[in-house]
Amino acid sequence: MTTTTPGTGRSPTRARPASRPRRRPLTLRRRESRAGLALVAPTLLVVIAVIGIPIVWTVVLAFQRVRLATLRRTGLFGEFTLDNIDRVLHTPGFADSLVTTLVYSIGSTAGSIALGLVAALVVRRPFRGRTLVRASMLLPYVAPVVAMTFVWQVMLDPQLGIVNHWGRRLLGWDAPVPFLSQESTALATVIAFEAWRYFPFAFLFLLARLQAVPADLEEAARVDGATPTQRFRHILLPQLMPVIALLGVLRFIMTFNKFDDVYLLTGGAAGTEVVSVRVYQFLTARTDIGAAAAQAVVLAVVLIVFVLIYLRFFARRVP
Amino acid sequence: MDRDRIETVSLRWLRRLEIAAFLLVTVFPFYYMLVLSVRPVERLLLDPGALVVGLGELTVATYAEVLRATDDGGQGFLTFIRTSGVVALAATLLTLVVAIPGAYAVSRLRFFGRRQVDFLFLAVYLFPSIVIAIPLFVVFTRAGLRGSLLGLVLVYISQTLPVSVYMLKNYFETIPLSVEESAAIDGAGRLGIIRRISLPLAAPSIMAVALYDFMIAWNEFLFALLFLVDKPHRWTVSLGLAQLADGVEVPKTVLMAGSVILTLPIVFLFFASERLLTEGLTSGAEKG
Repeated sequence: MTTTTPGTGRSPTRARPASRPRRRPLTLRRRESRAGLALVAPTLLVVIAVIGIPIVWTVVLAFQRVRLATLRRTGLFGEFTLDNIDRVLHTPGFADSLVTTLVYSIGSTAGSIALGLVAALVVRRPFRGRTLVRASMLLPYVAPVVAMTFVWQVMLDPQLGIVNHWGRRLLGWDAPVPFLSQESTALATVIAFEAWRYFPFAFLFLLARLQAVPADLEEAARVDGATPTQRFRHILLPQLMPVIALLGVLRFIMTFNKFDDVYLLTGGAAGTEVVSVRVYQFLTARTDIGAAAAQAVVLAVVLIVFVLIYLRFFARRVP
Repeated sequence: MDRDRIETVSLRWLRRLEIAAFLLVTVFPFYYMLVLSVRPVERLLLDPGALVVGLGELTVATYAEVLRATDDGGQGFLTFIRTSGVVALAATLLTLVVAIPGAYAVSRLRFFGRRQVDFLFLAVYLFPSIVIAIPLFVVFTRAGLRGSLLGLVLVYISQTLPVSVYMLKNYFETIPLSVEESAAIDGAGRLGIIRRISLPLAAPSIMAVALYDFMIAWNEFLFALLFLVDKPHRWTVSLGLAQLADGVEVPKTVLMAGSVILTLPIVFLFFASERLLTEGLTSGAEKG
């Protein structure tokens, strides 16, 4: 990208004094350590303040009886109770929504990686207009989620939606399909949306990796008589596997907690209530902060367990 | 014909087909949004399948309604745009001020606890924002910051900071050490090296991070919803649009006009800086 021209020889204007008379001069190493701590301190403080403390606090809240109305009276270390967790685990809706979250996350993750892989393979070699095609493929990922969910809603609308219009005209559907409001299609539609919106993420990473695969590897396989699908299966795929595995973890984690997409598309109706939407509803509609926090904590714990299992399983297979 | 030949030829056609399909799937929703936003709603009801707008039916009344102030019977999106812009800019600037030194330190300087700090940044990047949302909601309600834009900016930093540090760190690591060392030999202090060597070299990458942060903040929805929903005059564009959809009797065409207004700045920024962004996002990806 940028050419690296080492210091142009101009002597710096603010050189440090070479020796300090009284105090023992710091070694380079100690000076570096001090500079490092000083530079990282603001970042660390902000991260702890806006992320670290809230996480700990959520855990604390999960074990307290807190409602929005009683908020002013509860201290940080009030009475602790297992009530919330108990209540959350024994409400029938919660187990269902955990399963929904799981199906949703796995489906979206697999879908977005599969789409991203195909996309990366087809734009791998140069063709006319490639830059434009590549840029367009990133659009779903960068565009605002609110606008994208609304476009999908309108496109899938039973009355004025284009999908139902052409579906009936060309594919011979008998009646318009209410994709987002009937149980049989809602979750699948949300997963399709998610795969559509996040495949560019997988696409970017896979394309970057594909372009780093040495050309002579494939050349050698071609000379040995490997057909295109064989070359993909035995040369490219093994090279891509680590990236695919990494994408699997990243996308799974991110989808598992996703709130906006489901909330905006269906509001959690028609069998699409994922845990984060439920947490939001407990937080705002029911103002039951304790229960909301308890569900969030259970969500985080389940997530951590899954990631650990995955890493264990994966770490064994790919050294 | 042998297998190799058959595969090569059929894959060539399949590839063209797939490129076309991807283009259609990714671009069509944007096109559809644009077309609907300039059609009168009566025409849409009559002919929902039309994909081109006749010159006769072209209208910008939808945009006028969306942009006009609420006092004049519109939806007040001009105010929302200003709010979103200010919030996103403030969040971006503050993030950069904090992230640049931090990322530099993690990538370059050996200090006590560096690896732990590095891990912490990655961990918080992956942490669910819904978990963070609850206590922030509680704190802000107690401190009376709920409904204030300053509070929202602070929360947005929690969304942008970890990813910014991560991207910048990857970039700083690609600057050859020798460049900095020669500056040090010439007598430059640590801050001098950062200001005269590292920052200029990292400028494109800093720009990419800034754009990315701006997009995150502009697009954000959950926190805006949690903190600002009672204060209509402080809504961001995302929140304003979502509330518009809940409103009664708002035609879909007006909704699409609002969506175009929300999307346009982002698409524009994206195409202006596409190269920068894709490189910034994946730098370090090949490490796997």
